[in-house]
Amino acid sequence: MKICVLVKEVPDAAVEKRIDPSTGRLDRSGERNLNPYDTHAIEAAMQIREGGSDVEEIVAVTMGPESAVRALHKAVSLGADRSVHLSDDSLAGSDVAATGYALAKTLQRESPDLVLLGQQSDDGECYTIGAVVADHLQMPSLTQVIKLDVEDGAKLRCERQAEYGYDTVSVEMPAVISVGDAINEPRYPSLKAIMGAKKKPLDAVAAGDVGIESDHVGEAGSQVQCGDFKPPPEKAGGEIIEDEDTDETVEKIVAWLDERKLL
Amino acid sequence: MPGILTYALHYEGAINKNSLGAVSEAAKLSKELGSQCDVVVLGGDDLSEELCQSLGGYGAQTVYRVKGPEGLAQPVVDAMAKIMEDQGHDYALFGGGLLGFEIGAGLAARLRAGVTMEVTEVRVEDGKLAAERPILQDSMISTSRYENRGIIIGRLNAFEASEPDGSSATVQDVEVQFSEFSTKATMIERGEQRGADVNIEDADFLVAGGRGLGKPEGFQLAEDLADALGGAVAATRAVVDAGWYPYAAQIGQTGKTVAPKLYLAAGISGAIQHKVGMQSSENIVAINKDANAPIFEFSDLGVVGDLNKILPKLTEAVKAKKAG
Ligand SMILES: Cc1cc2nc3c(=O)[nH]c(=O)nc-3n(C[C@H](O)[C@H](O)[C@H](O)COP(=O)(O)OP(=O)(O)OC[C@H]3O[C@@H](n4cnc5c(N)ncnc54)[C@H](O)[C@@H]3O)c2cc1C
Ligand SMILES: Nc1ncnc2c1ncn2[C@@H]1O[C@H](COP(=O)(O)O)[C@@H](O)[C@H]1O
Repeated sequence: MKICVLVKEVPDAAVEKRIDPSTGRLDRSGERNLNPYDTHAIEAAMQIREGGSDVEEIVAVTMGPESAVRALHKAVSLGADRSVHLSDDSLAGSDVAATGYALAKTLQRESPDLVLLGQQSDDGECYTIGAVVADHLQMPSLTQVIKLDVEDGAKLRCERQAEYGYDTVSVEMPAVISVGDAINEPRYPSLKAIMGAKKKPLDAVAAGDVGIESDHVGEAGSQVQCGDFKPPPEKAGGEIIEDEDTDETVEKIVAWLDERKLL
Repeated sequence: MPGILTYALHYEGAINKNSLGAVSEAAKLSKELGSQCDVVVLGGDDLSEELCQSLGGYGAQTVYRVKGPEGLAQPVVDAMAKIMEDQGHDYALFGGGLLGFEIGAGLAARLRAGVTMEVTEVRVEDGKLAAERPILQDSMISTSRYENRGIIIGRLNAFEASEPDGSSATVQDVEVQFSEFSTKATMIERGEQRGADVNIEDADFLVAGGRGLGKPEGFQLAEDLADALGGAVAATRAVVDAGWYPYAAQIGQTGKTVAPKLYLAAGISGAIQHKVGMQSSENIVAINKDANAPIFEFSDLGVVGDLNKILPKLTEAVKAKKAG
């Protein structure tokens, strides 16, 4: 079985994210890191391998600018055997549908039995790339999976929380599964794995290499225009108490509650 | 006539509340556009004529009834793509919910349409729809406009269901040839309730616990405080998925929506999917050790500190105050 894991480089959570008003796109300067949600997808792949399924290969796949190589190195240090980096100027400004299409094209060349991805990207927060990719690959798919078991090497038994409680769904492979962050506790990479990550094969591909039609991607190929960025309506900021002396803090909370007749 | 197609999810003989919101919103918008609002439903014999017709009360004109598996996205993508192409709908609109994200994204891929998710407001501009969505952890709002077709996926509770006016929709049975891959996911069990059946919706005082409680036993601190306040305990999805607390106590996108007099969050980061289920609470108090936690952006009183130190003393102080 071959598993591809989709990973993305995102601004570090500790850094303030902002829109560059001149381009209308996310400002990509500043510290960047592997999307934390994707570490759960890599860990899920590792657990399938360690759980006794015959996993020949775990391949990390990303679409992004040159700097995204670091996210791939991180993914490899967490267990991927090699990585694929789709990078091309023509892809800049792709919307969700175009990004999903480009990733699907890249995945097609790998013919994976299973594509795993994170529940959301920290910057895009679209929750949807998996379903777009699956439709292009013509594979069954499910998002928000928090328990994933391989059955008979050909099927997946998936559990997830949906609108009315927990659903258990059987999915035939090849399939695209996005995992929720409660699925596992990702491991930390060993120093040795971090040092060795740069030596693992990294395949850099351009849009033409994987048969991406240029009028389907980038700004021109995107079907949605985003603009008119504005701050949300101002909300009166709440009161803040820093807990230094807990007795005092508690006194203040009780007074606050009492003032509002909540006690 | 261009129009808006929506999807209505149903379970145990009732249409989902978010879907009714989507139908109402689509009906309102299509009136402004001078077009019509239609609905797709998928299921078996449980989709009675009466249930389908009742969507007319919310503004639906035609209800396309398709025989198929309920609760999975891809068969719905097949159905909606076919109907949108046959009938010429320009937009698809979904209420906030998990399935809407999956169906909407699949449709965008299939029809090569523009898609926007987490939408909080839709308006008509020059005869077209424009959708607003908060981005970057709700720090900005962006507006989407569509080149051709547009797929709009609402945020939970963004679209309110209108008062049904008693009108009846036309029900049309449609046969859909499902894609081969759409039939490769099958529901084994649907809607399993995990953990005890607790009631949080009737409580005036809720103490909600998140991953910051550290371990399942951490919920004792929340329960003690809830007892002292005379309320109940709620939870985030993170701790429910981890099996620390029952599903019935979950608040948020795939849980309950509440608006108690007091909502006290302990060890909760304040993710958007949680926020949508509790932001209408009258008073929001948050205890979190991380001063940058998003929850402080929408709490009325924020306490930056360790809940293990604060909660036990707070419980005692509340008891003392009430006794005194
Ligand atoms: C489609 C979808 C649907 C979802 N539906 C829901 C839903 O219905 N409901 C829901 O809640 N979530 C939902 N989520 C998940 C949501 O995105 C978050 O992952 C979840 O709400 C986080 O839960 P949490 O706040 O308990 O955990 P975390 O985000 O891990 O936050 C824990 C917080 O505890 C604080 N903390 C830690 N230790 C202490 C201490 N000793 N004292 C004080 N503070 C401490 C930390 O600083 C942190 O802010 C959904 C996600 C998706 C993608
Ligand atoms: N540019 C990208 N390259 C590779 N994977 C991506 C990319 N964008 C999103 N993903 C994957 O899709 C998941 C969901 O992202 P999103 O739909 O943007 O919230 C992420 O967790 C990643 O696994």
